[in-house]
Amino acid sequence: MAKKLIMDIKDFSFRYAGAEKPSLMSINLPVHKNKVTAMIGPSGCGKSTLLRALNRIHDLYPGHEYQGKINLLNSSSGENENILDIKKENDFIKLRQRVGMIFQKPTPFPMSIFDNVAYGLKLAGIKNKTILEEKVVSALQGSAIWTEVKDRLKEDAMGLSGGQQQRLCIARAVALRPEVLLLDEPTSALDPISTGAIEELVTELKKDISIVIVTHNMQQASRLSDYTAFMYIGKLIEYNKTDKIFLNPKEKLTEDYVTGRFG
Amino acid sequence: MKRLIINKIALSLSVLSALIGLVFLAWILVTLFSKGINSLSFSLFTQDLINGGLRNLIFGQFLMALIATIIGVPLGMMAGIYLREYGHGKYANIIRDLSDIMMSAPSIIIGSFVFVLIVEPFGSINGWAGSIALTIMLIPIVVSTTDNMLSLVPKELREAGIALGGGKHQVILSIILKAARVGLMTGILLGFARIIGETAPLLFTSGTNSFWTTDLNNAFPSLTVSIYNLANFPTDKARDLAWAASFILTMIVLFINIVGRFFTRDKG
Repeated sequence: MAKKLIMDIKDFSFRYAGAEKPSLMSINLPVHKNKVTAMIGPSGCGKSTLLRALNRIHDLYPGHEYQGKINLLNSSSGENENILDIKKENDFIKLRQRVGMIFQKPTPFPMSIFDNVAYGLKLAGIKNKTILEEKVVSALQGSAIWTEVKDRLKEDAMGLSGGQQQRLCIARAVALRPEVLLLDEPTSALDPISTGAIEELVTELKKDISIVIVTHNMQQASRLSDYTAFMYIGKLIEYNKTDKIFLNPKEKLTEDYVTGRFG
Repeated sequence: MKRLIINKIALSLSVLSALIGLVFLAWILVTLFSKGINSLSFSLFTQDLINGGLRNLIFGQFLMALIATIIGVPLGMMAGIYLREYGHGKYANIIRDLSDIMMSAPSIIIGSFVFVLIVEPFGSINGWAGSIALTIMLIPIVVSTTDNMLSLVPKELREAGIALGGGKHQVILSIILKAARVGLMTGILLGFARIIGETAPLLFTSGTNSFWTTDLNNAFPSLTVSIYNLANFPTDKARDLAWAASFILTMIVLFINIVGRFFTRDKG
């Protein structure tokens, strides 16, 4: 089977508004379809910056500079679209429906559990109540949180535990049936049991969704991911299948990092 | 040992300071109550000033503050949303500074301003002018509350909304304002409590009126302005009534403040 790339980052550089030097320099990174790609590296290496470029959430704040290409595969036409060309508000909205994002801290909205999951669906224009309900339920079921919340859908989402809130956020993103899901250190604010639940969920989700995860936790990267990218000071040092990166890295820097000699 | 002694001294000084503050509050309430007791009766709430009651004054004061709130809160909130969510750089900072200066503007100046702006062209003092003077007092308070309360909403919540395909305005309206609603409500209540006790902005704008009226085109009953007038009256009866009115006004303001604090304590 030919390897399919859902996203392809080509010669990508990024500079924050007002910064002297670019934070990312000439990044080339493929994102395989229905696989988990992990980005690892010490704090400040640019892995979150890169992740946040993949749905252009950077554009919430003005003045950042992009160079290069980030191609997103259009599954129906089979063509690549460069997401860095997007300029219109409507196209940004479409991009973010196709490329979902989960943050480090759970971000439930101040509304009921049901409304949290329905939020993105309503924005996407779904008004029919029965369809909404179906989609919310299936998203919650698909995010391994249904049994815990099925009797309290009308309750405030703030009342859930941190781990439940994070799975609710995943359900909220999954409800839109995104093609790619970006996870920015999704378990670093959670306890080990909640972390386990999220990791299990990620493995389950990759049947339908391609996943990019930023993590500080190298065990997590090695457990979860199929491919791993090691970044250091704004550059991609090495990218390969995860077992190669961890067992047989080509670069000395990668080896030092994954064996815990620095970082 | 030395640390413990210093700790005890610091603690007792703090408690003492807190007590001094509370003593003055209690003193004010007790004085107002004891001076006003002679004329404090249920008939104050059923009779108008012309018959020795306060009914029309309390109603007038509330109505003008309410109109100011209805006009001032939407304007102030929109300005606050602009400053926090859209305004970046110099222009927004100038507006923010101006609003802060407005907040500390002497209230008599605002009264004089509205006098020149509305009362003079209109030809006589009237209830609308009083409401507008109070609106001008309220707007900067609401601007600053909105600005501050929105700044407490974590930026991740905005990003999460955007990441689900929301437009900026949708995220602000459906998520950010909801997340800040307790603080915003409290701010509005405290702003209301602030303007309902104002005298100077009303002195040359609404004046006051001894009779029951709902006509805002005329001199309009005001509790605070009447306290000022009654206190200058030569009769004991008038002065007793002024004390009673002061006590009632203080209780109203205190009550609104307590309700406001209760909101924040409960959910903040």
